[in-house]
Amino acid sequence: MEDAEDERSFSDIRGGRLSLRCRDYSPYCREFGLSSARLSLRTLTAVTCAVWLTAYGLFTLCENSMVLSSAIFITLLGLLGYLHFVKIDQETLLIIDSLGIQMTSSYASGKESTTFIEMDKVKDVIINEAIYMQKVIYYLCILLKDPMEPHEVSQVVPVFQSAKPRLDCLIEVYRSCQEILAHQKATPSP
Amino acid sequence: MVLKAFFPTCCASVDSGLLVGRWVPEQSAAVVLAVVHFPFIPIQVKELLAQVQQASQLGMAVLGTWCHCQQELEESLGHFLEGLGTIFSHDPWLQLCREKGTRCWSCKAIYHQVSSSPDTPSEDQVMLIFYDQRKVLLSWLHPPMTVPNCQAGDVTASARGLAAIFDTVSRSKMLFHSDRFDESPVRLSHWQSEGVEASILVELAKWASGPVCLLVASMLSIISAAGTWRLWNLWPLSFIRSKLSACEQLRHRLEQLSLVFSTQKAQSPTQLMRKANMLVSVLVDVALGLLLLSWLYSNDRIGQLANALIPGADRVAEELQHLLQWLMGAPAGLKMNRALDQVLGRFFLYHIHLWISYIHLMSPFIEHILWHVGLSACLGLTIALSILSDIIALLTFHIYCFYVYGARLYCLKIYGLSSLWRLFRGKKWNVLRQRVDSCSYDLDQLFIGTLLFTILIFLLPTTALYYLVFTLLRLLVVTVQGLIHLLMDFINSLPLYSLGLRLCRPYRLADKPTALQ
Repeated sequence: MEDAEDERSFSDIRGGRLSLRCRDYSPYCREFGLSSARLSLRTLTAVTCAVWLTAYGLFTLCENSMVLSSAIFITLLGLLGYLHFVKIDQETLLIIDSLGIQMTSSYASGKESTTFIEMDKVKDVIINEAIYMQKVIYYLCILLKDPMEPHEVSQVVPVFQSAKPRLDCLIEVYRSCQEILAHQKATPSP
Repeated sequence: MVLKAFFPTCCASVDSGLLVGRWVPEQSAAVVLAVVHFPFIPIQVKELLAQVQQASQLGMAVLGTWCHCQQELEESLGHFLEGLGTIFSHDPWLQLCREKGTRCWSCKAIYHQVSSSPDTPSEDQVMLIFYDQRKVLLSWLHPPMTVPNCQAGDVTASARGLAAIFDTVSRSKMLFHSDRFDESPVRLSHWQSEGVEASILVELAKWASGPVCLLVASMLSIISAAGTWRLWNLWPLSFIRSKLSACEQLRHRLEQLSLVFSTQKAQSPTQLMRKANMLVSVLVDVALGLLLLSWLYSNDRIGQLANALIPGADRVAEELQHLLQWLMGAPAGLKMNRALDQVLGRFFLYHIHLWISYIHLMSPFIEHILWHVGLSACLGLTIALSILSDIIALLTFHIYCFYVYGARLYCLKIYGLSSLWRLFRGKKWNVLRQRVDSCSYDLDQLFIGTLLFTILIFLLPTTALYYLVFTLLRLLVVTVQGLIHLLMDFINSLPLYSLGLRLCRPYRLADKPTALQ
C-alpha cells in the first residue's frame, strides 16, 4: 500500500522557516513531522567570537592564561550541551487510531525523546490561544481525560512546543487529526 | 474498531504454523504469544492451552494461522489452513502470511459470525504491531493505586488499555518454559525457543534463599526476644536506652532485617521494591562500616584518637573557664551585678573542675573502651555514627548541665517577675478560673512584693546573659549531633535499589507504556 507524503513550508511565530511533512500511512495512521532550521554558521561564529573577545579582554586585564583555556572549555561544553539538550531539530506527531498518539522530539545531537499517550486517555485535540510574552499565539494541544471520569479534562499536553508554528500550519494538522479522532469516536470500545 | 494484532518479533522468521495467544475483546486486540508448528495433534494443542489457561488465569486460544512460504499461497496449503479454521474455531480468525526473502506481509481477519443487519460495514483492516517479547515480559508495569471499591481478587479491572497486553505476556510464563530441545509433543516457537534463558547465579541464589532466610529469621527472632526482656524496663536501663541513639538505630536495623528475611513472599511490586531497597541499604551500610573499620584500625589510629581525646577535653574545659571569667568581669561592656555574678561564676567553675577530674580519672581506660566500641562499626556505618553522636553527648554533658541550671534559674526568675508584676498592678492569677482577676492586697504584702519585684528586675540582665550564653553553647552541640543524625537518616532511607534500577533497567519501573518504535 503506498503512503501519501507531501511537504510544505510554513513559518513559525518569529518568522523563521519551518517545513511540515505529512505522511498518510493508512486511513487510520498519520504522521506529521515539523522540522525547524538548523543551527546556522553565522550565529555560531558570532557567539564564539563574542565569548573569546571577552575572554581576551579579561586576560589583558588580569594576565592569567587560565581565563583563555576556561573560555575554550566553556565554549565547547556549552555548544555540546546546547546541541544535546536545547536545540530541537524535528518534532513528530504520530497518530494511530485506537492505539494512541506518540510525540517525538529529535535534538541536533541525535538524541530522541518520545512520549506516548494511549487512546483511552485522549479526549480531544484542539487549537488553543495563549499569551506568550507580548504576543498572543495559537498552539495545538491534546486534552487528556481520566478513563474513570470521561467528562472531565485531567491534563493539557501542548504539541510542537519548540517549533511554535503559526495558525495555518496548525489548521492542517488539526484537520487531519480530527478526521482520525472522528473515526475513533464513531466506533467506540464496547 | 480496528483489529490490532500484536506479533512477537522473534516469530517473524519461523516456519508456518498456528498462532496461539489471547484475544482481548474490549480493545479488539489479538496478542500472539507463540507459533505451533506442523505436525501437531489438535487434542494435544488444546490440552496445552488448557494447562496454560489454568496457570495464568487468562483465556488462551488458537487465534489463526501463520504462513511463511516460498511464493504466493499454494492452493493445497490454502485449503489446509482453512480446514484448520474449522477445527479450532475462533472468531475472528487471523491469517498472517509472509513471503520468504521479502518484506511483504499480508494480514486478513475473517469473521465467521453472520451479521444480522444487512448494512453493517465491511470488515475492518488489521493493524499489525510488533513487540519485543523479552522486553515486554521483563517490564513490570507498576499501576497506580487501585480504586478502593475494587476487590483484591478482581484482577481484570486493574489491567486497562495497553497494560492488559503487558499483563498477558507476563502472566503466560508457563508457555515459554518449553524450548525446541524438549521432547514435548507440541513444538512451539517463542522468544525462548532457542533455549530457556536463565542465569546460574540467580538460580542458585533462589535455591539457597529459602534455607538462608529461615536460618537468619530464627536468629533474628531470638535476638528480638532477648530485646524484649522485662529486665530492660527497670528504671536506670530504660532511661539510658531512651537517651542513647545507638540503641534506637540498632532496633531500627533489627526491624528492617527481620522484614527482609521474613519467610513470606512479597505481595506486590511495591513491597518487593521496599524489601530490595532495605537489603541493598543494609549491605552498603555494612560495606562502608567495614571500610571505616579497616581505616580506623590501621596505623594505630585508635591510639592516636584516644591520645588526642583527653587534651581535647582539657582544652574545651579551659575555654569554658575563660568564658566564665569573661562573664564574671564586664562582658561586652555590660555592667553586671557583682555578687550574683561571682556566685554563679564560681558555681559553674567548680562544676568544670569536677568534670576535668572525672575525665582524668577515666583517661587510662579510654583507649581500651574506644578500641572495643570501634569494633561495632562492622555492624554498619550508621551504628558507628550513632555511637559517635552518643560519645559527643557524653563528653559535652557538662555543657548540658550548665544549660539546665541556667534555664532553671531564668525560668524561676521569669515566673517570679510575672507574678510580682501582677501584684504591682493589683491583680492575681486565679488558678480555678485560669485567668487574671483583680485582688486587694494588704499593705505589707504590697510592700514586700514591690521590694522583691525591684530586686528581681535588677538581677535580670545577669541571669539572662548566663542563660543566653549557655543556650548558644548547647545549640552548637545539638547542631553537631543533628548533622550526624541527618547523615544517618540519609543512609538509612536512600532507595539505592530503585536508583540503580532506574539507571540500568528503566523499563522495570514504568507505570504506563512510554514509547512505540
